Amino acid sequence: MNPSFKRPLSLGSMFALTLTLALAGCQTTKPAASVQAPVETRSPVPIDPAAAAAATGAAVSAPVVAPMSRVSTVDLSQSPENGALASAAMRVVYFDFDSFVVKDEFRGVVEGHAKALAADRNRKLVIEGHTDERGGREYNLALGQKRAEAVARSLALLGAGSGQVEAVSFGKERPAAQGSDESAWARNRRAELKDR
Amino acid sequence: MVAALAAGAAVAAWPAAAQFRIEISGVGATQLPLAVAAFRDETKSPVPVSQVLRADLERSGRFRTLNVAAALDERSTIKLTDYKAQGADALVAGSVSRLADGRWDVRFKLWDAVKGEELLAQSKVVQSADLRLAAHRIADEIHFKLTGERAVYATRIAYVVKTGRRFSLLITDADGEGAQVALASPEPLISPAWSPDGGKLAYVSFETQKAVVWVQDMSSGQRRMLANFRGSNSAPAWSPDGKTLAMTLSTDGLAQLFTMPAAGGTPTRLTRSSAIDTEPVFAPDGRSLFFVSDRGGGPQVYRLVLPSGVPERVTFSGSYNISPTISADGKLLAYITRQGGAFKLATHDLETGQVTLITDTSDDESPSFAPNGKLLVYASRVQGADVLMTSTLDGKIKTRLVSSGADVREPAWGPFTAAAG
Repeated sequence: MNPSFKRPLSLGSMFALTLTLALAGCQTTKPAASVQAPVETRSPVPIDPAAAAAATGAAVSAPVVAPMSRVSTVDLSQSPENGALASAAMRVVYFDFDSFVVKDEFRGVVEGHAKALAADRNRKLVIEGHTDERGGREYNLALGQKRAEAVARSLALLGAGSGQVEAVSFGKERPAAQGSDESAWARNRRAELKDR
Repeated sequence: MVAALAAGAAVAAWPAAAQFRIEISGVGATQLPLAVAAFRDETKSPVPVSQVLRADLERSGRFRTLNVAAALDERSTIKLTDYKAQGADALVAGSVSRLADGRWDVRFKLWDAVKGEELLAQSKVVQSADLRLAAHRIADEIHFKLTGERAVYATRIAYVVKTGRRFSLLITDADGEGAQVALASPEPLISPAWSPDGGKLAYVSFETQKAVVWVQDMSSGQRRMLANFRGSNSAPAWSPDGKTLAMTLSTDGLAQLFTMPAAGGTPTRLTRSSAIDTEPVFAPDGRSLFFVSDRGGGPQVYRLVLPSGVPERVTFSGSYNISPTISADGKLLAYITRQGGAFKLATHDLETGQVTLITDTSDDESPSFAPNGKLLVYASRVQGADVLMTSTLDGKIKTRLVSSGADVREPAWGPFTAAAG
């Protein structure tokens, strides 16, 4: 095993990885609705008409129902696993405009990861596909997925097991570079390979 | 904990969304002059009801509102010829009264100043939190009585706000006011979709470092994952009966369309192509689905008769057509078309095939029809800021919502909802 691929995982990212593995990568036959994210789900607080009336000093004459307009806020910012897995090893493959072809110049990047996966079947990788900012969000999400899948196929051809790799996409939602010129666009058309 | 979260939302950590501001271009439609009197005692309630309904009617571009100096309410005896002489075609006056149980009784009357007769007289009893909604419903009723058209003042719009590295899903009234935060997240949120009864939103969240479809109840805040299969799960769309969602899954490695029961379960595959199939939207009769596919090269809008028809291409002009939304009568498709390097909002008449460009901006995204089929909300880019716009179908009356310090995007216009009780 190539020692340069050993990365000690911090406790925080271990926790994050465990959660990510628990939540993601379901088979198509598994009902997704049974999986709950670690987010506090709040039950509606029952309104006690007598207490409310006592508070306002008003007499109770009508049953209290929830106002039609009310929206309850859910705040995920407190979740422990938010933010990127900063300590994970990362490699990037860049793509030409409107293309999903893994160019020869990135073959070494892909080969290195494929070898590490072939050598250790417990090892897992996630490939995150991205696009530049041009075009619609959903269509770009699908384009980013195609890029990630192209890298996944290359990894499989070079020895990775299919259960070791998940391809996902951020479309244009997570640009690496800001700007509306070709230089920024080129840096955003990419697939990132991350250890899990 | 509930109070803490609510307080957190009230603090200006969330950017305050300003009201949609109107921009009328081209020759304006004839505007009906309407005199609006301040409602008696409305200053004693949390919401200045007459100002809300007045702003609604003005923003439609269909009315010109006139001040009323006299202190009137719905019980006043009115000399309508005086108002006609001042140039008003109609007059509205009313009152807001607090009831013993803490609710409010909002009453109003609408008079026709030309014919000298009473047109509407109503009372609405609501909780404080629904006072704005009551004002919007009154504006709807006045608009319908005077024009014969159904307005959308009492509807809501959902959209995503990005501030720095934070994303939130906001629900506002159709005028842009009364913003409430449904979800706050450190990761992107896209593609909100209202359930047909207006009680839930489906959306795509990246909080688990991939695209997952969630469904959230607006009133309670309860949420659950609906689709978290291998790869990306996105583009949720509700069937008109609210029992099914169509969506894009990539379980076989490529974006394809599936349906799932709204309560969760096993997906059923709808399309089988070797292309990207995405952005499904149900026709209002629930019998067919419009969607985007690049099976012909570039992305175009197709229609599929459910459950297993062969997809037929709908859009033929331009090489890149995405993000379809369909009017409530099923006759008009609105979508984004790329022309040169510009992304522009267009409509396609499904009966005649006529294509009409609506905007003169060049970075339009994610259009959504209002439930009366007469207005569109969409995201656009103006002077470097991401903003929301609404437009009439002829493009002549537009409004703009700008939120300073934040980018707003991904609007979804909510459905009509029946008044409670």
